[in-house]
Amino acid sequence: MLFLEKYTWPWHLSRAGILGMNRRNHSYISRYNPRRLYPLVDDKLKTKRIAMASGVAVPELIGTISEQHAVQRIADMVNDRPGFCIKPARGSGGRGIVVIVRQQEGFYFKPNGKPETAQDLERHASNILAGLYSLGGKPDTMIVENLIHFDDVFAGYSFEGVPDTRVIIFKGFPVMAMMRLSTSASGGKANLHQGAVGVGLCLRTGRALRAVQFNRPVQHHPDTGLDLFKLQVPSWDTLLRLAASCYEMSGLGYIGTDLVLDKQLGPLLLELNARPGLSIQIANGRGLLPNLRTVEQLEERRMTVAQRIEFAKQHFGVFDRNLITLT
Amino acid sequence: MVSRKSFYLLVILLACAGLGMTVYNHVVMGVPFTPGEKRQIWSIEAKMEFTATGKPVIASMAIAGTQKGFTLLSRTAASPGYGLAFIEKDGAERAEWSIRTAAGRQRLYYQVDMLVDPSARAAVPASPPPVARDFDREPYATAMAQILERAQERSADPYTLTREIIKEMENQAQNAELLKGYMSRARLIARLLTSADVPARVVYALMLEDGRRRQELTEYLQVFKDNDYELFNPQTGIQGQPDNMLLWEYNSAPLLDITGGRNSRVTFSMIEQKQPVSVALAQKQDLSDRLNISIHGLPLEEQALFKGLLLIPIGVVILVFLRLIIGIKTSGTFMPVLIAMAFIQTQLITGLVGFVLIVGSGLVIRSYLSRLNLLLVARISAVIIMVIMMIGIFSAVAFKLGLTDGMKITFFPMIILAWTIERMSILWEEEGPREVVKQGGGSLLAAVIAYLAMDSSLIRHLTFNFLGLQLVLMAAVLLLGNYTGYKLSELKRFKPLVDELNTGRNGL
Repeated sequence: MLFLEKYTWPWHLSRAGILGMNRRNHSYISRYNPRRLYPLVDDKLKTKRIAMASGVAVPELIGTISEQHAVQRIADMVNDRPGFCIKPARGSGGRGIVVIVRQQEGFYFKPNGKPETAQDLERHASNILAGLYSLGGKPDTMIVENLIHFDDVFAGYSFEGVPDTRVIIFKGFPVMAMMRLSTSASGGKANLHQGAVGVGLCLRTGRALRAVQFNRPVQHHPDTGLDLFKLQVPSWDTLLRLAASCYEMSGLGYIGTDLVLDKQLGPLLLELNARPGLSIQIANGRGLLPNLRTVEQLEERRMTVAQRIEFAKQHFGVFDRNLITLT
Repeated sequence: MVSRKSFYLLVILLACAGLGMTVYNHVVMGVPFTPGEKRQIWSIEAKMEFTATGKPVIASMAIAGTQKGFTLLSRTAASPGYGLAFIEKDGAERAEWSIRTAAGRQRLYYQVDMLVDPSARAAVPASPPPVARDFDREPYATAMAQILERAQERSADPYTLTREIIKEMENQAQNAELLKGYMSRARLIARLLTSADVPARVVYALMLEDGRRRQELTEYLQVFKDNDYELFNPQTGIQGQPDNMLLWEYNSAPLLDITGGRNSRVTFSMIEQKQPVSVALAQKQDLSDRLNISIHGLPLEEQALFKGLLLIPIGVVILVFLRLIIGIKTSGTFMPVLIAMAFIQTQLITGLVGFVLIVGSGLVIRSYLSRLNLLLVARISAVIIMVIMMIGIFSAVAFKLGLTDGMKITFFPMIILAWTIERMSILWEEEGPREVVKQGGGSLLAAVIAYLAMDSSLIRHLTFNFLGLQLVLMAAVLLLGNYTGYKLSELKRFKPLVDELNTGRNGL
């Protein structure tokens, strides 16, 4: 039965501790994420505000546009910025994000070198405002952010896109982390199902555990050929602290935090996701459930961010030492 | 959060209530579980003839009502010039014709449709007649006493007494021969029972046989024991009511009572009809206006509407199953159900072709619209108008080509189609044609599965006639909403991962 060979048995999955979509929605998202807090994470503008209010570092906000008649202001708004990023406040799955890396003679260049005119940007802006990218087609706000200059460590690890780090925070504990590297197959997007490379990260050290593309293990970046196993996220502790503090900031028990490393500013919070995907398990080569259960079995007492990170490192870490000290 | 226990209690309650209502409908109301079953309906026509004497005529005839084994569906009378009224007297209904003057041979017709219905019961239970003693002339009195005496010795209760009397009439052939000239056998037995203080009477029954004409009523014995009764064949002594026997007069009243006429007689003709259950049920429900919450009580047009509405939960449950257990990706949560509803109107092949045609050409035109830089609401509106124009053109072309089926694409929900085109088009721009085919195909597959279920005559029959099943579907959806296991699609998605783990490798 060739058809059946593509499928495995459910008990194999549960023995590996794989978290499935239904259990994620039922036992984690709806149990630990109060519905009333969703707007905080579904609206990136609100996330930004509460992040700034609670001292969590975020990319600099250039401006917002929420009215159709204001879309012509885009050109003025980004006048003195060489690179910037346009996002729908309520977009999901990276939809509707346009990154402009440089401006020249009235043209705005995307990371792939494709020029866009001011008119193209305005059209994109009105699409965002009309709710094309928002859930349920609701009218939306457009956010313009400063371009992130990602850390040189990642040079060559990402094709056209910003490599971001996703850390799943469960009740304030980092339970799993991965890095998402865009590829030519993913069209510069960081979504694994579109062909981005997912690199599982050791929670203790930030070192690469394994890398996958299209659900299959890979060793080298498909576009640049760099050895993915040599990847180690710098400022790992700062990054973890930033991610874990999103629990207090948002009040959500089960979130995916998307972070980037800026050359000057260090780790920045890009966005929060109240429904983080399951591919992180494939990138890490292990299921989420054992870690989630470890946290659930902890007795209820308030722990500081540092204590929680210490706990996570102790229980969920893989490598003992940093890559850098090895070499 | 509601505790697990009370949740499962709710699910069990819903399922039990639903199944209970279903079983009640089946057992008590006699609704069968399969649609193919037919119900037997007897159309019986009574022809009453008499010679009028030129004076005012009142002709009263006993008529059969709903009784054990039969439900009265409809009755009509054909009697030119006569006034007709249905009169109820002592719980027994009679048809009464009247006319100021009539002369010559008169023919009055009365027709009744009776549904063979094992669950039917008489509205008013039969009550025993008063035990009235009449005195008999000799030599009959002695002969009767002899029979009764022997029978009483060997019997224990009214029913055994009846049997023994009938047996004794065979044994004492001489007495029986003598009494034959006195009164009919049934009357005689009733008389004997009455004189033994057993309430009994003669009833008139019609033996139902398809296509029979000019039938007459036969006498039957009704013997009471407390408030129960049994019927006896006065000739053979066989106890019980044969299946094909309809009681016509069973209230100690005369079959015919005519003033102003003579030489009267009644003959019966009958035909058997097989009608689909739905028709029979509808007629039955028309009549019973007691607290009976059923869709059959609604006017036909509303019934047809409900027939469609009640199918939606089936489609929805299937969709929930496909999404939660199988993991099929669809564009728009319940769009496939709406498409399936349209398929029901258009038939599957026509529907599929129409859908693919409209969405396909819609995508082409939509890709042009996207270059016009329109605001979203305006763009969707443009797509709606475009869809309507396309449907118009396709219908016209199909009609010209002689494909009348092509007209049916007007049944598609236009707004849903427009949104589908819009979503697919965005999906195309953002994720590429692969994802469009995947989600569009998933939606169509779900729609086809939902259609196949919703179009099945068995499921249509069940949802329409057993409202309790809606509660069962509700319970099923609640249970599915609590399913935390893996989807079938995840078994595939995570297979490479667990294979690696099982072979002890992690990484490369």
